[in-house]
Amino acid sequence: MAAHLKKRVYEEFTKVVQQQHEDLSAKKLRLTKPSKSAALHVDLCKATSPADALQYLLQFARKPVEVESVEGVVRILLEHYYKENDASVRLKIASLLGLLSKTAGFSPDCIMDDAINTLQNEKSHQVLAQLLDTLLVIGTKLTENPSVRMRLVEVACKHLTDSSHGVRNKCLQLIGCLGPVEKGVAKETESQAAKDVQKIIGDHFNDQDPRVRTAAIKAMLQLHERGLKLQQAIYSQACKLLADDYEQVRSAAVQLIWVLSQLYPESIVPIPSSNEEIRLVDDAFGKICHMVSDGSWVVRVQAAKLLGSMQQVSSHFLEQTLDKKLMSDLRRKRTAHERAKELYSSGEFSSGRKWGDDAPKEEIDTGAVNLIESGACGAFVHGLEDEMYEVRIAAVEALCMLAQSSPSFAEKCLDFLVDMFNDEIEEVRLQSIHTMRKISNNITLREDQLDTVLAVLEDSSRDIREALHELLCCTNVSTKEGIHLALVELLKNLTKYPTDRESIWKCLKFLGSRHPTLVLPLVPELLSTHPFFDTPEPDMDDPAYIAVLVLIFNAAKSCPTMPALFSDHTFRHYAYLRDSLSHLVPPLRLPGRKLLSSPVSPSITPHEDPSQQFLHQSLERVYNLQHLDPQGIQELLEFTIRDLQRLGELQSELAGMADFTATYLQCQLLLIKALQEKLWNVAAPLYLKQNALASAAAKQILEETYKMEFMYSGVESRQVVIIHHMRLQAKALQLIVTARTTRGVEPLFGMCEKFLQEVDSFQRCFISELPHMQGSFVDKLLDLMPRLVTSKPSEVVKILQTTLRQSTFLHLPLPEQLHRATANIIEPTGESDNPLRFTSGLVVALDVDATLEHVQDPQGTVKVQVLYPDGQAQIIHPKPADFRNPGPGRHRLITQVYLSHTAWTEPCQIEVRLLLAYNSNRSKASAKIPKSSWSESLEALPQSENGIEGTIPFSKPVKVYIMPKPARR
Amino acid sequence: AGQDVGRSCILVSIAGKNVMLDCGMHMGYNDDRRFPDFSYITQNGRLTDFLDCVIISHFHLDHCGALPYFSEMVGYDGPIYMTHPTKAICPILLEDYRKITVDKKGETNFFTSQMIKDCMKKVVAVHLHQTVQVDEELEIKAYYAGHVLGAAMFQIKVGCESVVYTGDYNMTPDRHLGAAWIDKCRPDLLISESTYATTIRDSKRCRERDFLKKVHETVERGGKVLIPVFALGRAQELCILLETFWERMNLKAPIYFSTGLTEKANHYYKLFITWTNQKIRKTFVQRNMFEFKHIKAFDRAFADNPGPMVVFATPGMLHAGQSLQIFRKWAGNEKNMVIMPGYCVQGTVGHKILSGQRKLEMEGRQILEVKMQVEYMSFSAHADAKGIMQLIRQAEPRNVLLVHGEAKKMEFLKQKIEQEFHVNCYMPANGETTTIFTNPSIPVDISLGLLKRETAIGLLPDAKKPKLMHGTLIMKDNSFRLVSPEQALKELGLAEHQLRFTCRVHIQDPRKEHETVLRVYNHLKGVLKDYSVQHLPDGSITVESILIQATAHSEDQGTKVLLVSWTYQDEELGSYLTSLLKKGLPQSTA
Repeated sequence: MAAHLKKRVYEEFTKVVQQQHEDLSAKKLRLTKPSKSAALHVDLCKATSPADALQYLLQFARKPVEVESVEGVVRILLEHYYKENDASVRLKIASLLGLLSKTAGFSPDCIMDDAINTLQNEKSHQVLAQLLDTLLVIGTKLTENPSVRMRLVEVACKHLTDSSHGVRNKCLQLIGCLGPVEKGVAKETESQAAKDVQKIIGDHFNDQDPRVRTAAIKAMLQLHERGLKLQQAIYSQACKLLADDYEQVRSAAVQLIWVLSQLYPESIVPIPSSNEEIRLVDDAFGKICHMVSDGSWVVRVQAAKLLGSMQQVSSHFLEQTLDKKLMSDLRRKRTAHERAKELYSSGEFSSGRKWGDDAPKEEIDTGAVNLIESGACGAFVHGLEDEMYEVRIAAVEALCMLAQSSPSFAEKCLDFLVDMFNDEIEEVRLQSIHTMRKISNNITLREDQLDTVLAVLEDSSRDIREALHELLCCTNVSTKEGIHLALVELLKNLTKYPTDRESIWKCLKFLGSRHPTLVLPLVPELLSTHPFFDTPEPDMDDPAYIAVLVLIFNAAKSCPTMPALFSDHTFRHYAYLRDSLSHLVPPLRLPGRKLLSSPVSPSITPHEDPSQQFLHQSLERVYNLQHLDPQGIQELLEFTIRDLQRLGELQSELAGMADFTATYLQCQLLLIKALQEKLWNVAAPLYLKQNALASAAAKQILEETYKMEFMYSGVESRQVVIIHHMRLQAKALQLIVTARTTRGVEPLFGMCEKFLQEVDSFQRCFISELPHMQGSFVDKLLDLMPRLVTSKPSEVVKILQTTLRQSTFLHLPLPEQLHRATANIIEPTGESDNPLRFTSGLVVALDVDATLEHVQDPQGTVKVQVLYPDGQAQIIHPKPADFRNPGPGRHRLITQVYLSHTAWTEPCQIEVRLLLAYNSNRSKASAKIPKSSWSESLEALPQSENGIEGTIPFSKPVKVYIMPKPARR
Repeated sequence: AGQDVGRSCILVSIAGKNVMLDCGMHMGYNDDRRFPDFSYITQNGRLTDFLDCVIISHFHLDHCGALPYFSEMVGYDGPIYMTHPTKAICPILLEDYRKITVDKKGETNFFTSQMIKDCMKKVVAVHLHQTVQVDEELEIKAYYAGHVLGAAMFQIKVGCESVVYTGDYNMTPDRHLGAAWIDKCRPDLLISESTYATTIRDSKRCRERDFLKKVHETVERGGKVLIPVFALGRAQELCILLETFWERMNLKAPIYFSTGLTEKANHYYKLFITWTNQKIRKTFVQRNMFEFKHIKAFDRAFADNPGPMVVFATPGMLHAGQSLQIFRKWAGNEKNMVIMPGYCVQGTVGHKILSGQRKLEMEGRQILEVKMQVEYMSFSAHADAKGIMQLIRQAEPRNVLLVHGEAKKMEFLKQKIEQEFHVNCYMPANGETTTIFTNPSIPVDISLGLLKRETAIGLLPDAKKPKLMHGTLIMKDNSFRLVSPEQALKELGLAEHQLRFTCRVHIQDPRKEHETVLRVYNHLKGVLKDYSVQHLPDGSITVESILIQATAHSEDQGTKVLLVSWTYQDEELGSYLTSLLKKGLPQSTA
């Protein structure tokens, strides 16, 4: 009750506030410039003490100021500024000035002079710093004006000698953001004060305050970002900063060195204390490697991350990063990795049981051992063993990037990556598995490495196992024992975690098709066939047996001798699996049986070209035959649509394209059908039947266009235009239908206006595409636009009708790649007959596992819908973390949906499906920018007025049997 | 611990303060040599008078074993500093040690349980990075050292002189502890352990992987795994390792841990979460890693249970106790395995089986045939050569002193350190004293007014360059202050004495006096552009506060005598002026 009351109180309270707000905004509109500024003026004059003034200013800062009155307000503030003795008030004014000059549409150059003037007489360091900050804001608003920038930079240079670090900080920031970038311009306008900015900033690299040093480096980096080519001379300075006492400085210095190494990779620098010289990028690489063992983990992370992007480093240096000489009592010891390798190459199986197996062998020269090498020695060894997992992850990422660019390095880092599979933090393990997958093209796993990799298959985390399956899909294995090992381990995995079935099968499919020759000698053993005896027929439903068959059949695809080893039942099982698991079992050319059992099989694997040709030909046909009689067009369209749909089913690569065009043609067909009606010519209002047909057509076209726009990935702007065009036509149709069915004119006014607005916005959005749309509906419509705007609704409708009928239909160009977003709910399977029982009023969690393909930004768009039998629908937004990204274009949604309902008498089925949410205002380009869900919800509010939001169901609904029981008392 | 391992005890005299670092015992001896020789400190009189404090780095007996003997039997009442976990675990170990020596070996004249308790009462516990003021000048600060739970490095600071003592430390993180870390404190001396002075270890991941793989394989075969361990330190690391592995792999075979000491110790491991590594610290809210799900207490009867199991049993060298019993039971089966995680002393069963002996003679003339597999894994938590170098690089000491290691190995490291860092490196033997000269900087208080005034005079304050200042140094009550002369006079109650230098310069000039003056004036004005040169109406010239008067020579009218007079403060300018005037006036003006 109390809570309720409280709520009431709040409600009332908020109500009051709202009204006030409305009042204010209403007044604001009427306020004129002087009165607004005057109010502030009065306030400030009234202030008796600095604290009062500060309060007024604080209040003032909370309200927005209109563009027109900004200048007046600034004047008043400045006036007060000169009079004010209290530093804190001046500080606030200075910050307000900055805030005000940020106001959109206000050009702050008029207040710049004043701001600079105030600087000269200011004593307080804090206020100075704040004023400089304000100048920075002004400067960033006026970046196009070089003289302003010059002037500000000069001011900043003057204040660089200030004794307060805050002021120097801001000065450097200002120089960094506004310093002249183009050499030529700088020369022209060069006065004695504006010297080389780089030199000025460089002088502050050894300022006494670490914050200023950091700011100096940051300013330098800022200059670099703005396109200034930094001088190579800075390099030695930056190197000195690496030994700084403060971590921020070191961290920034590492960045600076990295930037320089990218700018001057090939120039030569001398090695101190010797007369050798090396490339700068190598030197920098060595130095950054050194920072991987820094005392501060922030620096370590930074260094490890940057290492990954230094691609030009010579391989000699690169390989050093993995090198760590071991020694024991001054004798050289082999690493465990080396030992493993040796064992492998000598063909002996792991002994390792003898004491002192790793006894150190050769003596090493004490002089030659360099305990802390200047070079890159062992940087990654350290990084991967670091205490903080952030560093480890960064190191793994860097390894990945470097290994992708250098195959030899990939080979070398393999051992280390494999080791990371045993990391204590799951994220690191996962990351290293992903890394391994990315570089797997460059490597072949040795047996002992494979062993370690496979050991991870028993991991209890599903993510790890699935990542590992992905990895195995694209790994090269060197021996047949390796394949056998992998299979055995995968089968073990299967028995332990039966839910991994699909993933394991898929993994074996790739494993088989990659290593046909290695599988071949294993076949008799795997199928347990015997040369003389008939062995019992294995159980067809055993997932393990299916797994073995998947491996063998995929290997057999490119190994024609293999089917000879099959026994009779294997062929039968093949036929069965080929039908039931066609995505896993490839078509095989089976000896003897092929002609009888599957005469179609050769034709199922046609080349890509003919089908693509077919697609294009059929489309050509449609587009060319424009002047056929209406009946003919309709028939042709129908046929083509049918062809295309069939093609999509047969050819998975072309499915997206075929579906897309089929949908488009379908729209066209609907439009033609709707316009075909003879009754259009009748002046009388349409009766119900026609009305229903035409409006249904319009509605369906609208729906289809949204699908076309948002469900396919790879749609380019050319297609978007045409889709929009189609939508416009549908809307025109809608307008006509309503005009013909309703009697009054009043509602038509609004509709017409809306339609015309839409045409207008269409024109604005796609102005560049208009030339391609000769003779189309829009083209004609735009020609008639002046007439349309002035004419009455009935006339507009008439014009629309004729244009709609006369307009030709547009050729839909196809993009290179077009994929339809699809979703497949793996779990719940919908097969269960046991209802999910739970007490009504409480919730039950339903695990949903689905794969999504070709969905862009699934975190923002994919929703789960639950339909209850009573028609109640519930839409659930899954958490962003529920989406995994196992491969390009693919996503996996593993989430829990909470169900609840009041009690039922009988168990009943609910439907679960996935929806794709769209917002018609968000064009394709902006949709690509990932938005976090909360920021989107904020932005969506103003947009939703004219944008249409909706959802497209894009997965088959799955039925779940549930039973909410009444609660027991 | 000079040039050997064990019996760590180091005396440091720093700026008149005496500090004892660690108070350990030697495992190898059973007579007086097992404890440090405290007569080094003083022959007669109480130790308390000679020592300002005692610091214990961690709870291993070679670092704290002699503590009760030292404080209770020899007699020391001053403060003893150690970290919280060390304070908690140390008495358990000492008690255990006492039991073995007194109850098992039957020694008398050894410290009692009560003594351990009394000794612990003198202990002051410190936190990491907490600066503890021992007395007015001496302060100590603890840094994290890895190694074992609660191990710390200590910085001892008196005035501006400082020493860092590392104790034992580990630069690579392991499954339950993080890596040692120190900031750039630039001590005058770094006293570092050097157990692995000549070793660079392989990555710990390989070791862990091997270990897990072997255990896993044996368990899958249905065999039993025996891991003899010492109760604290490595045992916990291996427990965590196996526990997480079991968790990850969903294994069901039981893991047992022999009870006793360990249970208490595990309790402290659970408590001191802040001292463990990142992973344990981050996840303890969900589940404390030391609350083992799979590891249970061991009972003697379990050893005969069928099926696979893993048992951690003490002691670590298989020389007695539970581990040996279990070993005898399991040795006959080739499915079983024993993993020795550490070093074994010669003569123990552990050493024998590691060296490949397959038939062991047990007491009672029994011959035990060892069929089980024997593995060796080295898990050690000392810094290796690279780690030591890394620490030196982090701390940037001016001198390094190596302890806790073998002389021959130290020699190598010493040479390396001198070569790489260009600092002096020492490695004293037991009983040897090393004297290190520091270059102390003496802090002087300066009044703000003076500082501002003086910095305003010169150019920009430059961080790296020394700056010249004028002021009066007052040394009073052991403190130094730099104040302006006026204030100094005021404080000391002295009147100011004016010190004036006067100098006569003869100039050959036949003209009249005032003309000469004018010439001098013009000349000076031309030369000294930066100073205010004034011609006063009474015929004298002032340059700043220097007065110049000209009179004709009483005998020779052609020679003018210039009287230059300046105060002590203007010495520089004054002497410059005189030398300028001595050169004579330029002829061109004549």
